[in-house]
Amino acid sequence: MSEESIKLFINDKEVSAPKGAMLIEVTDQLDIDIPRFCYHKKLSVVANCRMCMVEVEKAPKPLPACATPVVEGMKVYTKSPVALEAQRDTMEFLLINHPLDCPVCDQGGECELQDIAMGYGEGVSRYMERKRVVLDKELGPLVSTDMTRCIHCTRCVRFGSEIAGMQELGATGRGEFMEIGTYVERSLSSELSGNVIDICPVGALNAKPSRMHARSWEMLQSANVAPHDSVGSNIYMHTLRNKVIRVVPRENEALNQTWISDRDRFSYEGLRADDRATQPMFKGDHGWHGKNWDSCLEQVIEKIKQYPAEQIGVLAAPHSTLEELYLLQKVFRHLNVQNIDHRIRQVDFTDQEAMPLFPYLGQSIESIEKNDAIFLIGCDVRLEQPMLAHRMRQASARGCKLTSLNPQSFDFHFVNQSTWNVAPQQWVLALAGIAGCAEPEALQKLPPALIAMIEKTSISTQAKEVFDLLKNGEQASIMLGAIAESHPQASALRALANFIANNTNSHFGIIAQAGNSVGAWLSGFVPHRLPAGKASTNIGLNAVEMLVNPRKVCVLFNLEPEFDFANAPAAIKAMQEAEFVVIFSPYLTESMLDYANAILPIATFAETEGTYVNAEGHWQSVTNAISVSEEVRPAWRVLRVLANKLGIADTQYQSCSQIRDEIKSLLEGEDEFDSNLKDLNHINLNLDEGSLFRVSSTPIYAADNVVRRANSLQATVYGQQPHVAMCEQQARDLDVLKETRVRVVQGNQEMTLDLLLNDAIPMRCVWIQRSAEEIDQLGVTIAPVEIQRLAHV
Amino acid sequence: MSMLKNIIRSFTLSELLKGMRLTGRRLVSKKTTIRYPEEKTPQSPRFRGLHALRRYPNGEERCIGCKLCEAVCPALAITIDSEEREDGSRRTTRFDIDLFKCVFCGFCEEACPVDAVVETRIFEYSFFERGTHIMTKDMLLEVGRKNEDQIAADRQADVAYR
Repeated sequence: MSEESIKLFINDKEVSAPKGAMLIEVTDQLDIDIPRFCYHKKLSVVANCRMCMVEVEKAPKPLPACATPVVEGMKVYTKSPVALEAQRDTMEFLLINHPLDCPVCDQGGECELQDIAMGYGEGVSRYMERKRVVLDKELGPLVSTDMTRCIHCTRCVRFGSEIAGMQELGATGRGEFMEIGTYVERSLSSELSGNVIDICPVGALNAKPSRMHARSWEMLQSANVAPHDSVGSNIYMHTLRNKVIRVVPRENEALNQTWISDRDRFSYEGLRADDRATQPMFKGDHGWHGKNWDSCLEQVIEKIKQYPAEQIGVLAAPHSTLEELYLLQKVFRHLNVQNIDHRIRQVDFTDQEAMPLFPYLGQSIESIEKNDAIFLIGCDVRLEQPMLAHRMRQASARGCKLTSLNPQSFDFHFVNQSTWNVAPQQWVLALAGIAGCAEPEALQKLPPALIAMIEKTSISTQAKEVFDLLKNGEQASIMLGAIAESHPQASALRALANFIANNTNSHFGIIAQAGNSVGAWLSGFVPHRLPAGKASTNIGLNAVEMLVNPRKVCVLFNLEPEFDFANAPAAIKAMQEAEFVVIFSPYLTESMLDYANAILPIATFAETEGTYVNAEGHWQSVTNAISVSEEVRPAWRVLRVLANKLGIADTQYQSCSQIRDEIKSLLEGEDEFDSNLKDLNHINLNLDEGSLFRVSSTPIYAADNVVRRANSLQATVYGQQPHVAMCEQQARDLDVLKETRVRVVQGNQEMTLDLLLNDAIPMRCVWIQRSAEEIDQLGVTIAPVEIQRLAHV
Repeated sequence: MSMLKNIIRSFTLSELLKGMRLTGRRLVSKKTTIRYPEEKTPQSPRFRGLHALRRYPNGEERCIGCKLCEAVCPALAITIDSEEREDGSRRTTRFDIDLFKCVFCGFCEEACPVDAVVETRIFEYSFFERGTHIMTKDMLLEVGRKNEDQIAADRQADVAYR
C-alpha cells in the first residue's frame, strides 16, 4: 500500500484514505459501521458473504465495501436506502438456512450473525420451506462443530491456508450443497487450530472443552499473559464463579496479533486438575500431616538452617513470575545459598559468564516478519514457539528464505524453506563450515580450538549457501532454539552462531524457551549472577551439577523432576538421595509424597499476580483471573512471609508491584538489549563423535506442569506415544529393520520403545519422541545410545 | 353562627347516626372478606407463585440451559450450571432459585424460549430452617410434575395473548 493519500466522500463527509485501501478498511478506521461476515482484517478478501454492500455514486449496483478500492473523489453512502436494502436482502438469504438455535448455541450473545440480524434482519421469516441440514464434522478434541449453522464465509478455510499454513479445512460442493469440512475425516493438527473458533462469525466452530459450559454474557473477563512460551501472548481469561471457562486472544499487534496458540488457549484445563495440592504438608517422624502455613514455614526454616549453605540447592521453573523468582533467590541468597538455577533443560553451561544480560531474541517479535533470511539452529519453532513460527511464516510469505539446521525435517509450514538435517554430534562441525566462509582475518576472534576445526573443515556447498543467504539478506537472523539449548556443545553452537551473525551482518538471537526465562536471568535466578545481571563473587552450582552431586537439601519451585529436567532419571535420583526436599508446587503427585519432606501449595499462573518478561525483553504485569481456593496461596506471598520470618530487611511488601518496582530500579539504565555473547572463548567441544546419538525435544504439550494436565491438548495428535525413529539405512545397519520395538540403552538406563522409520533423520542419529505422560527414563536428551534387538520369546 | 350550628350538631348526635347508618348498611350487604385458609380468593391463570420446571410429555426435561432466565432475573435469584449431556444436547447440571431473593416478577417465565421455568399458582409455602430457601433443580422438577395439569391449562388459557 503506498503512502499516497486520496480524498473521498463517505456519507457526504470528506475523508482522506491511503491509495489502494479497501473501502471497509477506511470505514473501520473512521468507526463507520458496515456489517460483514467474510471480511477479516488479517485474512485475504474474498467478498463472498455480500453483507458489506454500500452504495457508490455512479455505480449501477451496490458494491461490496471489502473488495472495493477507494478512488479519488468517490462518493460512498453506507446508510442510504439502496445500501440498506441490499444488506437486508443479503441478511434474509443468510437466515434462510440458519437454524436459529441461538438458545443452545455457545456463540449466542457474541455472535456476529445474531448481532447483525438484530440490525438488518426482518422480524418474521418469509421462508416456509424445509431448511437444509448438514452433518457435523469431527475435527478432533479442540474444536466442536455444528455445521448447519455455517454461513460459508470461508474465514476458517482462509485461516488454514494463510495463517496456519495447513490447508486443513475446505469447501466441497456448490450452492446449496456447499459444506465446510476436512475432505476426509480427520482432526485438525495445526498448533493454531483454536483460532478458527474466534474467527467463525457464527456458532459453527466452537471450543470443545468449554462446550455448553457458559454463556458469553455471564463470564468475567480478565486480561492475562500466557506463560507457556516466551512470546507472552496476550490473553483474556473468561471466568465464571471463580472457574476459568475459556481463554481467548487479546489483540496485541506487537506480540500475538489477533491469534494465540492452542497451548495458550486450552492450557487452562490443567488449572483444575484432580491432583491440585490444597494444603501445606510436612513429613514428620510419623508420616505426612497437614499443617497450617505458619508452622509449616517455621519448620522448613528450622530444618534448612541445620544444613550448610553449599549443601542447599534451589531450582525453579522458568515459567514462574519475575517476583516469585526474585524473592526466592533473595530468600536463599540471604542464607548464603548460591546454588540457584532455572536452566533446567540445559546441559552445557561453559559460557554462562559470557552470556548477555539475558537470552535476547536479537530483535523485536514484530520485526521477525521483516526478515528476508532466517537460519534456525536446533529449533522446532512451530512446536516450541508457535507465535514466532507464525511470524516466520508471514516473513516467508513475503519472500523470506528459511534454512534450519536440525536433527530431522520438522513439519514446518514455511513457504520458502530448506532443511539441513545433521546428526547432533556434527552440528558444531556444520556451523564451523559456515563460519569458514567468513574473511580469514575475522576468524582470529574465535578460540584456537575452533579455528583449528574450521581450518580442517572443507566448506560444503550447503554451508556456503547458508552463509551467502545470510550475508545477502537485507535483514537476516540466526536463532538458536530449544534443541540447541539442550545440546551438550551448546556453548560452541552459541559462539559459532554469534560469530556467523557478526560476519554476515545478521541479528543473533537466542530464543528463550519459557514464559519467563528472560525474567529468571534478570531476577538473578542463575548461580553466577545477582539480580539485574550483576556478577556474583561466589558462584554456585548449576542445575546439572546440583543433580549430579545431589545436595542434602533441595528446594523445587513449580517443578516436577520427572518431566521438567533435561535428565529425568538423575533428577529423580537426586530428589531421593536428598535428606530434605521442599516442594513449592500447585500439584501434588504420588512421587512427591515419596521424596518430599514439605509440600507448599502455590497458585498457578491464573491465580497469582505477577510479571513476565518475554523473549524481546518486554515486561508484562498481570493480575490474577481467579482467586485461590482452600489453603493454596500465591507464591510471592508465601515467599514474602518466608523472608519476613528470616528477618530480611525491607521485605514488608504490600503488593506484588512493589517487588517488580524494586527489580526495575535495579535495572536502571538497561534499556538497550544486546544478544551478543561477551566473548566467544568459553566453549565446550567434548563429545564422543563416533557414537550413535539420540535427540529429543520437549513435546509441545509437555512444556510445563499446567500444560501437561490439559487433557484436551493431550488428546491431540501432539500428545503422541513415545517412540524411537531412525532412517531406513540406519535401521539396516543396526539390524533392526524388521523390528517393531527395540531396546534403547543410554548409559545404564534403558527403555523399550516402538520403532518407526523416518528417512529425514540423518545417519548416526535416532529421534526419540517423548510424551507428556511417560517419563523419559533414559537421561539427557542429546547423548550417545545403543539400540538393541529385543530377545524374541 | 357557626358555633351555634356545632352545638346543635353535637347535641343531636347527627354525626354518630351518619356513621351508624354506614355500619348498618354493611351489616346486611354481601361480605368482601373471606375465611382464609378455609376459603380462597380466585386466581388468574397468570398468577405468579412458586416456580417449577416442566418436562415434555415424553419425560424429557424442557430446560435447555440457555440461561436467559438467569440473565433477565432482576434479583439475581437464579443460578445455573450447564454442560453437554452424553447425547450432545445442552442441559443444566444445576438450577437453583433462591426464594429469598426472588421478587416474583415473572421475567424468567417470559424469557424462557421453551416454557421450561414457570411460576405456578402455589403461594403457600414456608421454610423452617436456614438454607432451605433454595429450590434446586430436583425440587423444581418435582413441583412441575405435581402441578403439570394446572400449569399446562394456565399456559393454554393465556395462549391468545402471547
